[in-house]
Amino acid sequence: MSAIGTPMKRREDPRLLTGEAKYVDDIQVPGQLWMGMVRATVAHATIAAIDTSAAEAMDGVFAVYTGADLQEMGLWGAPLPCAWVVTPDMANPAHYPTAVDEVHHLGEIVAVVLADSRYRAADAAEAVVVDYAELAAVPNLDAAMAGAAVAHSSLSTNHAYHWPLVPDPDALEAAFANAAHTVTAEFVQQRLIPAAMEPRGVLAVPSPYGGDITLYSSTQVPHILKVMVAATTGISEAKIRVVAPSVGGGFGAKLNINPDEMLAVALAHRLGRPVRWTESRTEAAGSTHQGRGQHQRIELAADAGGKLLGCRVHIDADMGAYMMLITPGVPLLGSFLYTGVYDVPAFGFTCDGWFTNLTPTDAYRGAGRPEASYAIERAMDLLAAEVGVGPDEIRRRNFLGGGDRFENLTVASTLVFDSGHYGPNLDRALELADYDGLRAEQQRRRAAGEPVQLGIGLCTYVEICGLAPSRALGGLNYGAGGWEHAVVRMLPTGKVEVVSGSTPHGQGHETTWSQIVADKLGIDPADVTVLHSDTAISPLGLDTYGSRSLAVGGVAISMACDKVVDKAKVIAAHLMEANVDDLVFENGAFSVAGTPAASTPIQAVAFAAFTAHNLPDGVEPNLQEQVTFDPPNFAFPFGTHVAVVEVDTETGGVRLVGYTAVDDCGTQINPLIVEGQVHGGIVQGVAQALWEGVHYDEDGIIKNPSLMDYLVPSAAEVPSIRTDSTVTPSTSNPLGVKGVGEAGTIGSAAAVMNAICDALSPFGIADLPMPASPQTVWRAVESARATTGGAS
Amino acid sequence: MIPAPFDLVTADSAEAAVAALVEHGDDAKLLAGGHSLLPLMKLRLAAPAVLVDIGRLRDRSFVRDDGAHVTVGALTRHRDLETSPVLAEHAPLLAAVAAQIGDPAVRHRGTIGGSLAHGDPASDLPAAVLALGAVLVAVGPGGSREIPAEDFFHGFMDTALHADEMLTEIRIPKTAGAGWSFQKFNRRAQDWAIVGAAIQLGPTPRVALINMDMQPLRASATESAVAGGASPAEAAAVAAEGCSPPEDLNADAAYRRHLAQVMVRRGLVEAAGRSAASGQSTVT
Amino acid sequence: MTVNGQPRAAEVEPRTLLVHYLRDSLGLTGTNIGCDTSSCGACTVHVDGEAVKSCTVLAAQVAGAEVTTIEGLATADGLHPMQQAFMDCHGLQCGFCTPGMVMAATSLLREHPNPTEDEVRLGLEGNLCRCTGYHNIVKAVLACAGGGA
Repeated sequence: MSAIGTPMKRREDPRLLTGEAKYVDDIQVPGQLWMGMVRATVAHATIAAIDTSAAEAMDGVFAVYTGADLQEMGLWGAPLPCAWVVTPDMANPAHYPTAVDEVHHLGEIVAVVLADSRYRAADAAEAVVVDYAELAAVPNLDAAMAGAAVAHSSLSTNHAYHWPLVPDPDALEAAFANAAHTVTAEFVQQRLIPAAMEPRGVLAVPSPYGGDITLYSSTQVPHILKVMVAATTGISEAKIRVVAPSVGGGFGAKLNINPDEMLAVALAHRLGRPVRWTESRTEAAGSTHQGRGQHQRIELAADAGGKLLGCRVHIDADMGAYMMLITPGVPLLGSFLYTGVYDVPAFGFTCDGWFTNLTPTDAYRGAGRPEASYAIERAMDLLAAEVGVGPDEIRRRNFLGGGDRFENLTVASTLVFDSGHYGPNLDRALELADYDGLRAEQQRRRAAGEPVQLGIGLCTYVEICGLAPSRALGGLNYGAGGWEHAVVRMLPTGKVEVVSGSTPHGQGHETTWSQIVADKLGIDPADVTVLHSDTAISPLGLDTYGSRSLAVGGVAISMACDKVVDKAKVIAAHLMEANVDDLVFENGAFSVAGTPAASTPIQAVAFAAFTAHNLPDGVEPNLQEQVTFDPPNFAFPFGTHVAVVEVDTETGGVRLVGYTAVDDCGTQINPLIVEGQVHGGIVQGVAQALWEGVHYDEDGIIKNPSLMDYLVPSAAEVPSIRTDSTVTPSTSNPLGVKGVGEAGTIGSAAAVMNAICDALSPFGIADLPMPASPQTVWRAVESARATTGGAS
Repeated sequence: MIPAPFDLVTADSAEAAVAALVEHGDDAKLLAGGHSLLPLMKLRLAAPAVLVDIGRLRDRSFVRDDGAHVTVGALTRHRDLETSPVLAEHAPLLAAVAAQIGDPAVRHRGTIGGSLAHGDPASDLPAAVLALGAVLVAVGPGGSREIPAEDFFHGFMDTALHADEMLTEIRIPKTAGAGWSFQKFNRRAQDWAIVGAAIQLGPTPRVALINMDMQPLRASATESAVAGGASPAEAAAVAAEGCSPPEDLNADAAYRRHLAQVMVRRGLVEAAGRSAASGQSTVT
Repeated sequence: MTVNGQPRAAEVEPRTLLVHYLRDSLGLTGTNIGCDTSSCGACTVHVDGEAVKSCTVLAAQVAGAEVTTIEGLATADGLHPMQQAFMDCHGLQCGFCTPGMVMAATSLLREHPNPTEDEVRLGLEGNLCRCTGYHNIVKAVLACAGGGA
C-alpha cells in the first residue's frame, strides 16, 4: 500500500497531547538568569536619562544594562540584519538590539535586567525609570507619506525605497486607453498581530569550556538564525548551535532575527551564565513583528465583455520603524500575483516603502500574497458589477488558459506558472457550496426585506509556493538562496534516519516525510525517524516559511531516497551476482526482473553496506545519501473559496455561516494534514476580514495589544468548513507537489469581504474596510439609507 | 504577566474578612473567585498590599428559595447560578445572564458577589440585579445592611460598599413566570458586551443596560413607556435616553445608543413572547 | 493540594499563580501560558474536576483542592479518549493550545455529555487556537462525546 496519499495520523501528536513536548519556556537549566525587558512606552523620543538604581538594589537582581551599557561592552559586531535590500539605494537605518539614544517604536528595548527568577525579573524591569524627551511620531502610513514628521532623526525622509515591476509600459498605457470598462479601487491592508499561540522565547546556554553557545529559540529558522547570530554578535559561527524545540506556531512571526535572541546570546556568552526570556502576550504587540500594513490601489482595464486588458497596481507599504529580516521584500512577494488566475495582457506594479514609528512589519502567513489576492479578487467583483455579470462569470471569462488545463504558462508578471486547471475547480466549489441554492435564499431575504441579509463571496486565488529558486531570489536581491538540504541514511538494523533542513512548527513534517521515505524505500513509515530543528544534527538547511517545506525540502528527501536506492542497487547486484541493469526495486526489495521470488530486501543491503565485508570495488560503506535541492521554478497552488455571511443590517453584526474551499495543491502526501492547513489558514484570513487589526493612536501607541482587545477568533465565531480538492500536479518538482500552508489565508479574506459587499449591494455599498466590524458595517448601512432612502 | 507582591490573609468567616478589612484599610482588597481582580493585578493596574481571601467561605455559596424571594450567597459562582433549578423557576433571567459571562472556565471561578462589588458597567450581573429589583446585603463592622440594587452602583467601578464591608447575599424577588430577556451584543462570545440589555417584565417592568454609561443603570424612559403600554419599538426608541455611553475601539457613543435601542427592542419582543407563553400555560 | 493524584505541598510567595506553581515548582510544563488576560485558555487545568484558567488563580487559592493537568489525563493503558479523539481527527497542529483545549473539552463533556456542534463551539469559547481553524477540534470533541467518553 502506498503511504503517499494516505491520511495518516500524526506521529507528533502523542507528545503534544500529553504535555511531554518541550517548548522553550519548558526547558529549565541550572544557574539561569531571567531577562526582563525595559521597553519604550513612547513611539519616538530621545532617551534623556535612565535610572537603574532601584532595580539594581532589588533582591535577586544580577545586573541591569542600558542600551548604552551594552554598546560600551562591545557586544555587537553588526546591527540586526536585513537580508532583502530590495534596491541599491534603500534606506536602512541601523537597528541594534537595544536603543541607545533614540527610540523609534513602542516596545523597543531600552534596557534589560537579569534576575534569578521570572517574577523578580518582571519586578526589576518595572522599577527601571526612563526619562524620554518625546519627538514627533509618525503614527501611520498617511503621516509617513505626508512627511511632517520623520521617523528617524538620522533620515531626512520617511521614504525607504521605490520598486517597479512594469514589463511593458507602452502596452499598459494602451490597455487602459482602449478599455471599455475600467475599475479603480483602493484597499487598506490593516496591520495584523500574528499571535502564534506560543509567545516567542529564548534560552542561551554557554558551554563552560571553549566558548561554545547553544541557543534555544522559538523560531522557524534555526539555520538562518545561526548565521545571523554570528554576524550580529561576532561569535564564530562554528561555535554556535541553534535548537528550535517544539515551536508553538509561527505564521511568519518566528522567521525573524530578533533583539531578544541577540541579547540572550551575547549576555550568556559574556557572563558565562544561561540567559532566558519569554515574551508575554501583551509585550508581543511591540516585541514581535506585525503583518500586512499596506495601502493598495488597483486599476483594471477590460473590454466590453469584461475580458481583462490590463492591470495597474501601486502599493504604499508600512515598514514600521526598522528593516527587519525581509521587511522590505514582503510587498515584492505579492507583486507577481496581482493578476491572479487571469489572463491579463498588460501589467504594471510599483511599490513605495515608508518608515513609521511603529513595530516593524515583516512576513505574516502569506506575506504579500494575501494582499495581492485580496486586491485582485475584490477588484474582480467590482468589475463584475461594472460589466453587469455575476462574480463567477467574470472569473470564467478571464481564467488563464480559458479555464482549461495548462502547463508552464508565462503570465503578465513574467513568472511561469507551473500548472493550472481553474475551470473545474470553480465548478466543484460552486457545486459543493450549493451556489444556486444560496442565491435563491439571498433573493428570498431581499424580497422579504429581512433585517438579516445573506451574502455570498467568491475568491479564485493562485499563490506562489516553494520558495524558492535561488537564482530568482538573487534576481530580487534577496540575501540567501532557496534550496533545501536532506540526508537519508539507512541504519544497520534497517531503520531509516532522515535529516531535514526544513524546520516544523506544527505542520507535521515528521509524519509527511516518513510517508515519502516509506514509499520511496518500500518500508514501513514507522521505521523512519525524522531529525530536524537542531543545527548540530541538521547543519544545513533553510528552514520553514513561504510554503516551501514540501515543495523544496520534501522533494530533497525524495531525491535523497532515490540516491539511496541507486547505491543499494549496485550493492544488491553485487550480492546477488546479477547485472545492475537487470535489477528492479519493488516493495522494498531488489530482484532480477521476471524472478521476484529471489529478492534481497533493502534492509539486508543496508546491513551489508554497514559491515562492508563484501562491497563492490569503489563503493563506500554505509547507505547514506544527501541532496541539496534547488527548485527550477516556484509552485503555484490555486483554489476557489466560497464564503457565506449573514449581515444584520440593524446591528451591523456579520456572522460567517458557511465556508467552502476547493484547493489544488498538486499531489497530496497526507490529505489529513492538507485539510488541517486549509482550515487554519482560512480562519486566519477570515479573522483579518472580520475581527483583527492593530489600532494605533496618533502618538503611535497600540490601543489593543492583548488578546482581550486584539480579537483572535474562537471556535464560537466560526463555522465548520466544507473542503474538497482538485489535483493538478506541479511541473516544478518530481513529486508534483505544490504547498498548502498559506493557501487558506490567501483565499479567505477576499471571499469574506466579497460576501459582505454582496449582501449589502442592494444598499449601494460597494466596498468596506477591514475588519468589517459591526460599527463599520452599521455606519455604512446608515449612511446608505440616509442617501438613498434605504435598500432597493 | 505577574502581579506585584502582596500579603495574603485567608478569612474563615465573613466577620474575619471584615476584621481584616478594618485592620488594613484601603490597602486591602477582598479576593473571591479573583476573576475581576487578578486580571487587573497581573497587568499591574491594581496592586493592593493585602488580599483577603474569602474564597473558602463555602457557606456563602448557595441559591435558596426563601418564599417571596430567592436568596443567593455572594460567593455563588456563575456556573452555579447558570445551573440552579431554583433560579430556573423563579428568576430565570439571572441564570441566563450568568450563562453568558466570560467563558466556562471563568464561570467556574467567578462569583456573583465579586462581580457586583467590582461595579464594572461593562459586566453583565449588575444589569441582571437591576432588572430583577434585587436587594444586596452587606456586612461591615457595624453589622449588616440592605442596599437596593438601584442604589448600589455609584460610578465607574464604584459602589455603595464601604471599604470595610463585604457583600454576603443577594435577595431576588421571584418573577412569577413574567417574561424576561437577556440581549448581549459582542464580537466574540468570550468578550464583554459592547452593549447589553437585561429585561424583566412583571408588575414593575425593569430594563437595565450594560456598558451604556460610567455605571450600570436602568433605562427609565423605556421602563415608563412599557408601563404605559407602549409597543416594544416605541419603548426601545428611548432606551438610551439619559445615558452617556463610553467610547472605545468597538463603538462610539452614537453606535452604542443605536445598539441599546436594538437590544431593548429585541429584548422586549422576546420578553413579551415569554410572558405570553407563560400565561398560556397557566390557562391550560 | 493534590496534583494528578499526588499530594503536593510547598511554601510559595502569595502572588504565585497556579500556572507558575505547576510549571516552575512542579515541572508540569504541559500547561502552557499563551496570554496575560485570561483570554486564550492555554493554561486550562481542572480544579476539583472543573476547567479553570490557571493563570487567573493563585496557587494559594486552591490549597486543598484536587488539581488535574494534562499530564494527569493519560493512563498506563494509553491516551485519554479525548486525547485519542484529537489525534484521530487531527485536532492539533503546533500543539501549544492543545493541553488547555483538551482539558476544556473534557470539562465540557462532563457538563454536557451529548453536546450539539453549537454547544461544543460555545463551550470552547475561552480557548484560542491559531492553527486548526477549530474545525477538527470540534470534530474531535463530538467524536469523543459520541464514543461515550
